[in-house]
Amino acid sequence: MWGRVAALLLRYLYLYRRSLARSMEIFFWPVMDLLVWGFVSVYFRQVGAPKAVLFLLGGLIFWDVFYRSQQAITLSLTEEIWVRNLLNVFIAPVRISEVVFATCLLGVIRALLSTTVLGLLAWFLYAFDLLRLGPALLPYFASILLFGWAVGMCTMAIILRFGHAAEAIIWGTPFLLQPISAVFYPLAVLPRWLQAIARVLPSTHVFEGMRATLETGRPALGPLVPALALNALYLAAAGAFFGWMMRRVREKGYLGRLAME
Amino acid sequence: MTPERVIEVERLTKRFGEVTAVDDLSFSARRGEILGLLGPNGAGKTTTIQLLLGLTTPTTGAIRLFGLPLREHRRQILQRVNFSSAYISLPFNLSVRENLDVFGRLYGVRNRRHRIAELLELFEIPEVVDSVTGKLSSGQVTRVNLCKAFLNDPEILFLDEPTASLDPDIAEKVRAALKSVQRERGVTMVYTSHNMREIELVCDRVIFLSHGKLVAQGTPREILERADSESLERVFITIARGGRLEN
Repeated sequence: MWGRVAALLLRYLYLYRRSLARSMEIFFWPVMDLLVWGFVSVYFRQVGAPKAVLFLLGGLIFWDVFYRSQQAITLSLTEEIWVRNLLNVFIAPVRISEVVFATCLLGVIRALLSTTVLGLLAWFLYAFDLLRLGPALLPYFASILLFGWAVGMCTMAIILRFGHAAEAIIWGTPFLLQPISAVFYPLAVLPRWLQAIARVLPSTHVFEGMRATLETGRPALGPLVPALALNALYLAAAGAFFGWMMRRVREKGYLGRLAME
Repeated sequence: MTPERVIEVERLTKRFGEVTAVDDLSFSARRGEILGLLGPNGAGKTTTIQLLLGLTTPTTGAIRLFGLPLREHRRQILQRVNFSSAYISLPFNLSVRENLDVFGRLYGVRNRRHRIAELLELFEIPEVVDSVTGKLSSGQVTRVNLCKAFLNDPEILFLDEPTASLDPDIAEKVRAALKSVQRERGVTMVYTSHNMREIELVCDRVIFLSHGKLVAQGTPREILERADSESLERVFITIARGGRLEN
């Protein structure tokens, strides 16, 4: 199993080595976001809201972890469709779970790379020391990564079922979740009815926990429990949804059609 | 002794809603045989190959490869099978070596470096090993795809129009390479092509499909005799236009 997972992972790493555009894409958008939000938060500090720097930059970096992890899963398979390599992968003696696992690992690598670059830039430009708070934030980092996997599995299943027509979902889904995940503001800011919806997302608890940790400098374990419990639920549901969708895709013959379009 | 049947298809049917793409199809292929799968566009050739590779699940019927039911032993079977099509490709942004290395790993090929060199030599393209796949000519790409298809030393190979984009010289070389592998290793090949001359040259036996149904099968010579025709191309046109062969 590990040999096949490593082979799939290697395939995507070769791609990053060969394509400057793909490698830069890991860093370009997050760095741009960091610059815009970083300077906004500097402005907030000047007008007397010093915590805003912490919360905005922390939110930005954690949001990027979620985004990278979701994108790695979905884009890896979409890439196979774009280059007409999907059938080669699906007729190899590979379990679909191995394909998903390899893309999850790719998500971890991408998230670690972009977090490192953003952390360094945030420290250099805004004196935001992610490393000092690193260990306390690690459980939340892992938790938001898991939620990225769950959402990534769902969007990947939808792409396999609906093909090119559904590609907008790859980029759109994270931004559908962003306003209700309380990424840049506390949950309390949302209207009461929306708070109820936000609470069923692990991401909301992750960002609440992240802010509490950044504020006190100590690990805030309270929001971690619902975040991990919800993640377990979402991952199980995403796995079941993906499996069901794959059976439908095979029944309807979409795999062959998609691969040869 | 009768050669072992490595492909057995029994009463295979695939319906997509109201459309019956494959209709009660039964056939088999023996070890070392090159079986031509022929028919006009929409006859059900591609769907049949996808069913045989487990990419699509049948509505009814049974598929056994190497005596094993495909549904229950898909991964075990795929380890011994491969596929190449003019309509699919390897990632164009990776080098030939990287592409073949990735697929070599996926199939658990030992001594990959040597195997890759050997196959590139067989298809007469050793010089492209470090080239980026997207920069190769279509003839070279087709041959790299064939190298990928032979990486795991398959016992059954599905070839969907393997010479579609090749000039006559290269197409002839590819056919010669395929025939030599078939002779030396006893590989069973399921071969689709719209080039009927090629089918006559390559295939030991052919089956004609029309509207998902098997309408004729036999050696190319048998088919020609039955149709009282001088070329498979005429037979193809007759079938495509709704004509029938005498059985």
